[in-house]
Amino acid sequence: MRIGVFVCQCGTNIAGTVDTEAVARKALEYADVVYATSYVYTCSEPGQQEIQRRIKEMDLQGVVVAACSPRMHEPTFRRAVERAGLNRYMFEMANIREHVSWISTDKEANTRKAMELVHMAVAKLRFNQPLFSSKVPINKRVLIIGAGVAGIQAALDCSDGGLDVVLVEKNPSIGGKMAQLDKTFPTIDCSSCILGPKMVDTAQKENITLYACSEVESVAGYVGNFKVQIRKKATYVDWNACTGCGECVQKCPSRKAPDTFNENLSNARAINIPFPQAIPKKATINRDYCLHFTRGKCGVCKKICPVRAIDYDMQDEIVTEEVGAIIVATGYDLFDHSVYGEYGGGRYPDVISGLQYERILSASGPFGGHIKRPSDGSEPKDIVFIACVGSRDASVGRPYCSGICCMYIAKQAILTKDHLPDSNCYVFYMDIRSPGKNYDEFVRRAQEEYGVQYIRGRVGKVYPRGDRLVVQGADTLLGIQVEVEADLVVLATGVEASSGAAELAEKLRISYDQYGFYMESHPKLRPVETNTAGVYLAGACQGPKDIPASVAQGSAAAAKIQALFARDVIETDPQVALVNERTCVGCLKCIMVCPFGAIQSKTLRDGSIKAEVLASVCQGCGLCNATCPPKAIQLQHATDNQILAELNTLCA
Amino acid sequence: MVQSVPSPAPQTSIRIIGFLCNWCSYGGADTAGVCRFKQPTDLRVVRIPCTGRVDPLFVAKPLIYGVDGVLVSGCHPKDCHYAVGNLYARRRLEVLKNFLSFMGIDKRRFDYAWVSASEGQRWQQVVSDFSERIHQLGPNPLAGKGIPQPVQGPLTRAT
Repeated sequence: MRIGVFVCQCGTNIAGTVDTEAVARKALEYADVVYATSYVYTCSEPGQQEIQRRIKEMDLQGVVVAACSPRMHEPTFRRAVERAGLNRYMFEMANIREHVSWISTDKEANTRKAMELVHMAVAKLRFNQPLFSSKVPINKRVLIIGAGVAGIQAALDCSDGGLDVVLVEKNPSIGGKMAQLDKTFPTIDCSSCILGPKMVDTAQKENITLYACSEVESVAGYVGNFKVQIRKKATYVDWNACTGCGECVQKCPSRKAPDTFNENLSNARAINIPFPQAIPKKATINRDYCLHFTRGKCGVCKKICPVRAIDYDMQDEIVTEEVGAIIVATGYDLFDHSVYGEYGGGRYPDVISGLQYERILSASGPFGGHIKRPSDGSEPKDIVFIACVGSRDASVGRPYCSGICCMYIAKQAILTKDHLPDSNCYVFYMDIRSPGKNYDEFVRRAQEEYGVQYIRGRVGKVYPRGDRLVVQGADTLLGIQVEVEADLVVLATGVEASSGAAELAEKLRISYDQYGFYMESHPKLRPVETNTAGVYLAGACQGPKDIPASVAQGSAAAAKIQALFARDVIETDPQVALVNERTCVGCLKCIMVCPFGAIQSKTLRDGSIKAEVLASVCQGCGLCNATCPPKAIQLQHATDNQILAELNTLCA
Repeated sequence: MVQSVPSPAPQTSIRIIGFLCNWCSYGGADTAGVCRFKQPTDLRVVRIPCTGRVDPLFVAKPLIYGVDGVLVSGCHPKDCHYAVGNLYARRRLEVLKNFLSFMGIDKRRFDYAWVSASEGQRWQQVVSDFSERIHQLGPNPLAGKGIPQPVQGPLTRAT
């Protein structure tokens, strides 16, 4: 084989701590290397052209690029060598940036290490074989998990593009957190007025199949051909019959069920429709509070329902949907504010979370849009907002900034002043984070136009005095301790990953970070892709986000899927397992370990049993390869010989 | 931020092989690099699809032929890109670890870890700790001591 080695300097990123010239010179000593050079930016257009020119000029049959991580630029260089007529798998990369130049400043040791990594890549390349993809048809349907604003936007965009959409929402209504909001910053748009039409659209589109009150049970398959099982949770109401008239809700005698839509500020009936604009507007029975289930004697709703939709015997149902791509838009949960014992959230009824206050402000909320204290229903005069509750605080495991709280406090303070012009609003803050179009202007309006008093400092303690609350904190700008007597304290609760995020990630085989937010493929350049082909992210499940960013990501994920589905077939990855029938002994251990059911047995004409890999199902993990006793099954592009050849260079 | 990461001066040239799964630990090592978390330079990374791909031979052979340490790292259990690959790996490698002594290899020269793609700092710690351990053990006594040197070309097996 004739191998060419290109050592990238990456400006000074690599050349600063690695002698790339020496690495290139050394490479010429390795077997089969006929050309080696060092180049300033190999990934640039002239850099790629240089590779292509040398392939033709030197008649190269294989190329090694020593540069950044293959997770970054392997596809780039594979395309480059392909354009010059080589098979894309006749290419190897040595990672001498992330794994060498960036982690040590010892130039001598780095250079030695880079040489050895190049040697390994060359040794492996000598055993590479050209591989060819096969083509499988794409099922042009999309599964979207989560119907908050990000999921709804993605669903509408996919639907507009003519794709069939399966939308799964775990709650009885779509809309997510945005449906609970009263107004949105920085325009003070009415949240349900701008979300509502989108929700209605989602319900009316013929090519959107909505599963509310449902969760994804399992996911099998691969990009282009996923098979998804969805659990439709028993609602005890036949939604095909239910008209959402609300008769049952009116008459239900069990009135102590938690009203999660109103953040438990009020009670709901055991049979309930979460809010007037709910989509689908259908009733659901809360088993834990329904007298029929708890005491076995009621049945008012069943008697009263004009369309006989109540079905106490309903069971969960599993439906299977086949899709080609998946968008995860599962959103976020709010930080549990009772963790800060010193603020008294959860202990004092008038210390509430940001979302609870949002419900109080909302006309569809528990108090009909009048600002009242949860404890005694009186109108508050002094209201204190405390920022960064569960944000930027490593002591509660939340060192990140939730990004939205500074803005929603400003909004809530402005709305408070609109509702109650004589009230006094105080905001305790650490820093004001307001990057975004018209965001900082909005915060300034709160301060200057509405006279909201911003006090820079942490609050140490909140405690009751009479029927009021005392907020003790520091004003770090004046360097004094301050004490504010308040009627209502609103904690700007931060954003955390939604509670079922990890379980769902395991089903989808995507990764998540230490806080439970899903990992994007690349933080800058691939923000909505995951490392699992065909699975995309939208909204706050990837990290804290406000509404415009969530909507943008929803649209971005939909656009990615439109691009994927623009083709009729998908090229499979040829890095799959392959059986050598001459050495296969038919023990079929490979079938037992394969996580994907990608291997089956077949009987040859002579009666012998052999394993056979279904290339389109194989994901290329290599578990079978390590398990196979006679090593008859080999993972293409990572065969035993290829890996051993790499190791061999280090054994010498 | 980890402040005091030992960066042992390579008095002796120590060689460690790291098998890193493409989806988690290779990404974690990349993350550590992008964050410029300083690490010892002894590690040579072999990129594999999954820790389940690691054949015990890949660990034993280099140690027999004088490589000073072998580290396998993959996704945390339950977070495997291939669902269960790392669970197979965990069983296989745990057995292997206890078996190395029978082959005359100090089993402290081999270890496995779980590092996700976001855990750059954890990767730095894992590499630093393992490298320090191997430096304390010193060079592999099997290096060039009557053990047949590898034949030219790959260490082929019947295929």
